[in-house]
Amino acid sequence: MNNVRNKKRANKSLPFFFKDEFKVFFVIIFVSTILLVTTFTFDKVPPILNRGIQPATFPKGLLVLIMFLTTIIYYLSFKNPWKKEKKLPKPFFLTILSFIFFVIISKTLDFFLAISVLSIFVSYNWGEKRVFYLLLVGIIFPLVVFIFFEMILGLRFPPGIITNLYYY
Amino acid sequence: MMAPLFSSKLLIVLLFGTLFGLILGVLPGLGPTTGGALILPFTMTLDPLSAIVLLTSIYCAGTYGGAITAVLINTPGTPAAAATCLDGYPLAQKGEAGRALGMATVSSTVGGIFSVIVLVFFAPVLAKLAYEFGQPEYFALAIFGLTMLASIGEGSPIKNLIAGAFGILISTVGKDFMTSIDRFTYGINELSVGIGFIPVVVGLFAISEMLTQSTLLDQVFKRVALKAVKLPSLDDYKKTWKTILRSSGIGSFIGVLPAEGGTVASLIGYAEAKRFSKEPEEFGKGSIEGIAGAEAANNAATGGAMVPTLALGIPGSATTAVILTGLIIHGVRPGPDLFREQPDFLYGIFGAMLIANVLFFIFGFFGAKLFARITLVPNKILWPMIFAVSVCGTYSLSQSIIDVWIMLFFGALGFFMRRFGFSVVPVIIGLILGELVEGTLRQSLVIFDGNWLMFLTRPIALTFFILSFIALAFPLLRSKKQKK
Repeated sequence: MNNVRNKKRANKSLPFFFKDEFKVFFVIIFVSTILLVTTFTFDKVPPILNRGIQPATFPKGLLVLIMFLTTIIYYLSFKNPWKKEKKLPKPFFLTILSFIFFVIISKTLDFFLAISVLSIFVSYNWGEKRVFYLLLVGIIFPLVVFIFFEMILGLRFPPGIITNLYYY
Repeated sequence: MMAPLFSSKLLIVLLFGTLFGLILGVLPGLGPTTGGALILPFTMTLDPLSAIVLLTSIYCAGTYGGAITAVLINTPGTPAAAATCLDGYPLAQKGEAGRALGMATVSSTVGGIFSVIVLVFFAPVLAKLAYEFGQPEYFALAIFGLTMLASIGEGSPIKNLIAGAFGILISTVGKDFMTSIDRFTYGINELSVGIGFIPVVVGLFAISEMLTQSTLLDQVFKRVALKAVKLPSLDDYKKTWKTILRSSGIGSFIGVLPAEGGTVASLIGYAEAKRFSKEPEEFGKGSIEGIAGAEAANNAATGGAMVPTLALGIPGSATTAVILTGLIIHGVRPGPDLFREQPDFLYGIFGAMLIANVLFFIFGFFGAKLFARITLVPNKILWPMIFAVSVCGTYSLSQSIIDVWIMLFFGALGFFMRRFGFSVVPVIIGLILGELVEGTLRQSLVIFDGNWLMFLTRPIALTFFILSFIALAFPLLRSKKQKK
């Protein structure tokens, strides 16, 4: 019981910029502001061709609405603070890291290789240590998916060091 | 009604769709929305009717499939089965898993068939009404849809509104459809055609769920033993028939409203079953009425949600948004003209939904034990496989690697949205309705010569605006009442 009280006290004493409510508020307002500034760079249609409103007006209105509503939820959070979320575990960050690897490998080396590397990396970090299952998720299954898409849907995957072996 | 379905190809598609839907429903984290989005690229090899039959059978069976996991492992396979856990699992723990699943199967089937009947009768009426709609009316209707979604959807209405507005904002990326001026493209050529629906929906549902699963690796599921699914006894029928009918009505009605149909319907169906029950104290402890109330309602929402999707082109739920995309990809434009020009196509869909409800009854009754075993596939093997299918599926539609990156971005975004209480469903509906909202607004302003007040001179549009206002005020009034 004391632990719970201490935790609650600890949460209350957190500076406002460490709280989830503020972080969410800040990110939405920050991104919306950048997007709003961008809308001022959109080309304008000459009055004679303009039908109704300028192309920038609608997104501008939406961004202002999002910023207004975000301010309301932040204001309401003073009365009703949000539930404190648990810290994210290590596998989450490793999965995000694997997405970054995926983007880099698919851009520089090979699309198929990127899928294989991500699958093995994720499966291993989520606790799978058996080699057969790692090969199943990393090579056998992606290969089946690749051949299925290639043959049935007639899809051509982007060129890369492994995909080229198949195509040429 | 069934005539278009009497071809071996369509029956195979129906069988496959029902089986695939059941598997998706059983697996926690997946579901008919994600599954429908993943299978959408494959439908390109099919004719339009087969493609939509496949998607709708996945929708019907997937909604039911969630009940199997809810009863046996106390985890809803789909969000719509959350209320089924409340009584399904306690009853299963008492050694009556077969009885619980039997009731879930029967009530789901009755709810599903009831809603198809509602769809058959109500959708053409609504479509006829839509002939009166001009641009201002469609704009007001789309706004009404979004406000309803915010109001009765899960979570905070304001957060839902933000998510909906964000969805509409995504739809503005690319060349402006009226003036061809680039918006938010930042010089990237691929963005000038806009952000596709599939990368967003697969990212927000499948990839964000993968990230969620990465935070739940220490979770251990305890599965209750199941010998066989039992048909409800005569006593059970006597006890529940009113509940099943009431929940079927509630589910069909909620389904018609644009919201997270099944989830809301099952919660209301469950609450009403408790309110009318002679044994409300049994609820939460394994009440057979509780299972019937929740399951009839969530399956009844499937047919209900198809009503605005087909009659107006406004999706009634996230899964019907996927079905709507399927229709558009295959060159079928939902709305009143569809009812006049392609009645065979529509009756094919109605018939397919009817048969899908019968098929999942048979599969559920005889195969629930087998489907329950699918939950034993460990996440560490399942999710990397889903990732591979997601990536290839997303790439396949426009053969663009940028789409895959967009999918990953929306995956991470969806994870954080859900973590902080923002539902991702309004983003999907907003994205689907975005072009309609902006297009009808701008065309209305052309008609009205830029005078915004002219919207108020159109009775139908005004009615929708008033309903939107009520929808927004409803959560406020509800919270004030609860405080009192």
